[in-house]
Amino acid sequence: MYNGSKIIAGLIIFVALATFPFLYNIGKVNAKPELKIDTPVIEQLKEKECVESEEFMKAKHMQLLNRWRDMAVRDGERVYVNSKGEKYEISLQNTCLKCHSNKKEFCDKCHNYMSVKTHCWDCHLTSEEKQKT
Amino acid sequence: MGILFSLFTVISLILIVYSGVKLANLHLLFGVLIPYMALITFIIGIIYRVVKWGLSPVPFCIPTTCGQQESLPWIKQDKLENPSNTLGVIGRMALEVLFFRSLFRNLKFEVGAANPAEMKNESRVIYSSDKWLWLSGLVFHWSFLIILLRHLRFFTEQVPSLMRLLEGLDSWFQIGLPHFYATDLVILLSVTYLFIRRVIIPQVRYISLAADYFPLLLILGIAVTGILMRYFSRVDIVDVKILTIGLVSFRPVIPEGLGIIFYIHLFLVCTLFIYFPFSKLVHMAGVFMSPTRNLANNSRIQRYVNPWNYDVKVHKYSEYEEEFREKMKKAGIPVEKG
Repeated sequence: MYNGSKIIAGLIIFVALATFPFLYNIGKVNAKPELKIDTPVIEQLKEKECVESEEFMKAKHMQLLNRWRDMAVRDGERVYVNSKGEKYEISLQNTCLKCHSNKKEFCDKCHNYMSVKTHCWDCHLTSEEKQKT
Repeated sequence: MGILFSLFTVISLILIVYSGVKLANLHLLFGVLIPYMALITFIIGIIYRVVKWGLSPVPFCIPTTCGQQESLPWIKQDKLENPSNTLGVIGRMALEVLFFRSLFRNLKFEVGAANPAEMKNESRVIYSSDKWLWLSGLVFHWSFLIILLRHLRFFTEQVPSLMRLLEGLDSWFQIGLPHFYATDLVILLSVTYLFIRRVIIPQVRYISLAADYFPLLLILGIAVTGILMRYFSRVDIVDVKILTIGLVSFRPVIPEGLGIIFYIHLFLVCTLFIYFPFSKLVHMAGVFMSPTRNLANNSRIQRYVNPWNYDVKVHKYSEYEEEFREKMKKAGIPVEKG
């Protein structure tokens, strides 16, 4: 091969880049996130239902939260009517966090796993922070 | 013909994975086996192509240049357009690979009168700047790279901070939730432009083959399915990561109930990886191997030896004299050594 050393060096770099995810994960244990929904408030609920169905919340909770923010902050609208016709107060801290008071065991699990940076807490207090104040 | 062939190929690829996953339940095949196969084909294919290029000799020093070569000290050399050493070649190559410098000089030409008032019956070729191909090509390649790097968040448990920074920049505008990525829009626009350009400009259309349309449509398919999955027909992203992390740590798992759109996206990506080394897309490796770019223009300083030259048997004067010294002396011919 002509210029063999340069070509082989280039190929080694290429293979290292192409297999980077494999090399990076050698010897790492990748636990899948387990959510906890056993907070005291949820335990006391008769029907363990969020404001919408589980599938909806799993897929679209961020869009719902975004809509709630726009409704509450921009339009002053404080009542959310869900698909079943039930009414909920639009409030992250008084509605969502009332049940899901365990941010570390709930929100953070998936967000950290997927490296999603939420900006809820730029303004809002987490339950832990709220207890301190 | 090429367009329809490519379009039907992409559509049938989607139908194959749709029926394979939805009807035949071949989750293992499409979720694990084909991705592994695709990556192996990609890596071995690229190595094969590069080694094959490496085995071909470059008989002449043939860099393409368009600047003043190294000359007398008071003549200013264009070190990037006409490099005479390795450093210059690296600089020139870096600009070529990162910014498509040679494409920046792309010109369009038309036959017409430069100034209609002055040249009534005369027409000539008029060259003018044409940066659209350069611009769309450049933003296409960069957004593809950023999108590829962004996907590392599916393959690394602790996402490297560089990737997080990149993702933050890409979703800078914070439009909607999940945040809208600027590169998603840019890649759609640029691929669409590159495709339309092939169809609309007659000269380009004339030289376009299925091998030109197919990668564009395939990449368009990948981008569209990815965008659909992120913003519209949403899949459980945690399940996706469980699958991808399983793949890269050689402990493959197939999560239940992953949406079909994910399998379509994955299969199209695998097709791209398999197709890559055997198509024009291999210019990714080829650009580094092109002698018109990677040679220094120093053939007037240093002799360029054609590697396929056989050893020429030479008979030097000193050897000649050695052989005939006595006869030369007798004939009265002067010799160098007594």
